[in-house]
Amino acid sequence: MSKEWPLWEVFIRGQHGMSHRHVGSLHAPDAEMAIKNARDVYTRRNEGVSIWVVEARHIAASSPSEKGPLYEPSESKIYRHPTFFDIPDDVGAM
Amino acid sequence: MYAQMVKSTGKGLKSRDEMTEEERHFQDRIDAGEKIEPKDWMPEGYRQTLIRQIGQHAHSEVVGQLPEGNWITRAPTLERKAILLAKVQDEAGHGLYLYCAAETLGVSRDELTERLLDGSMKYSSIFNYPTLTWADIGAVGWLVDGAAIMNQVPLQRTSFGPYSRAMVRICKEESFHQRQGYDIMMKMARGTPEQKAMAQDAINRFWHPSLMMFGPSDKDSVHSAESMAWKIKINTNDELRQKFVDQTVPQAEYLGLTIPDPDLRWNEERGHYDFTEPDWSEFFEVVKGNGPCNAERLEARRKAWDDGGWVREGLMAHAEKRAARRTAAE
Repeated sequence: MSKEWPLWEVFIRGQHGMSHRHVGSLHAPDAEMAIKNARDVYTRRNEGVSIWVVEARHIAASSPSEKGPLYEPSESKIYRHPTFFDIPDDVGAM
Repeated sequence: MYAQMVKSTGKGLKSRDEMTEEERHFQDRIDAGEKIEPKDWMPEGYRQTLIRQIGQHAHSEVVGQLPEGNWITRAPTLERKAILLAKVQDEAGHGLYLYCAAETLGVSRDELTERLLDGSMKYSSIFNYPTLTWADIGAVGWLVDGAAIMNQVPLQRTSFGPYSRAMVRICKEESFHQRQGYDIMMKMARGTPEQKAMAQDAINRFWHPSLMMFGPSDKDSVHSAESMAWKIKINTNDELRQKFVDQTVPQAEYLGLTIPDPDLRWNEERGHYDFTEPDWSEFFEVVKGNGPCNAERLEARRKAWDDGGWVREGLMAHAEKRAARRTAAE
C-alpha cells in the first residue's frame, strides 16, 4: 500500500521586510518535513528569512467565475485613489 | 529543448468558426497575453498537452541528474565537487518546481513518476548519452544547459501561469549551470595537451546530440501549430536551434576548440551560421529507447523509486501516528 504525501503550499518572507509570499508547493509527510524540504527547494540562494507552509487542502480560494461580483464594484469607485482629486500646485506637497 | 516532440491533440488548428464560445473566449485571453491559471476554464487538449510537456520537462530535469551525478565523487577538486553537487541539487529542484506546476492541472506527482517508469512518458534524448570524462561535465553545462536555456527563456512567457512562474525561477538558476560548464571547458582548453584533447573529444561527442535537443524540424507539424497558438510553445525548433548555433560558435572559437562540422560557416546573406543537421535516424533510435544509456537511466530511476518506497511509507506512517497522538491529547 502506498499513499502519496500531502501537498503543501510554501510562503517565504524575503530579505527586505516584505510579507510572506507564495513561492510554490511541495509534497511532505508533515509540517516539520515540509519546512525542511521548503528550505532545500525554495531557499538555496538566500531567498528568504522565514518560511510558512500550509497544507494545500486547508486553503480556501475564490473561484474565477466570481471575478465579476467580487471585483467589478471597485472599478467605479475611482475616488478611492488620491489622483482623483485636483489639488492646485500653489498648495505645495500633499 | 527539454521537451521534445510533445504531441498536441493532432487535430490541427481550429478556426474561430469551429470554436465553441468558451474556446473563443479562451483563445482571446491567450492572444491578449493573459495568463491562464489552474482553476480557469481551459480546453481539455490544452490541459493534456501541458501535462505531457511539463511532465516530460520535469522528468528531464530529474533524469538529467544521473549523467552529472556520475562525476560528483570523482570531481578533480573539492571546490569543483561542491559546485557540481549544487548544480545537481538545482536540477532536482527544477524537477520539483515543474512537477508542482503539472499537478495544478489535476495529475499527481506519483502518477507522473509511474508514467516515466513504465516508459509511457519520455525525457530528453540528451540524457541517454554517457559522461565518459570530466570534460563531459564541462560540455554538458556549456552545451546541454545552453540549449536548455534557449528553450526555457521564451517559455517564461508561456500562457500557463504556474509553468511560466516555474520557468522564471529555473532560468535564474540555469545561467549558473552554463557558466560553470564553460568555466570547466576554459580550464581544460588552456590545460595540458591531453586536457585540451579531452575537451575537444567532449565537444565532438556532445555537439550533435545537443542540436537534437531541439527536436526535428516542426515547421509543418500540426502539434506545434496548436501549441504555438496556445502559447505553450513560443518558437519553432529550427529557430531555437539556429539561435543556439549562432551563440555557441564564437564561444567555441574563444576556447580554441573545433565544432565537429566541416560545413559550418557564417552565411553573410542570412546573417546566421550554416550548419549540418544532426543524424535524425540516431535521434529517433534514442527516443525509441535504443540510445547508449536508455536502459541504465530508467533502471536507476526505477531502483531509486523502489528503494525509496519504505522511506515514503515510513515517514507517512510516522506523521499519521503523531497526528493521532496529538488528537488524543486534545
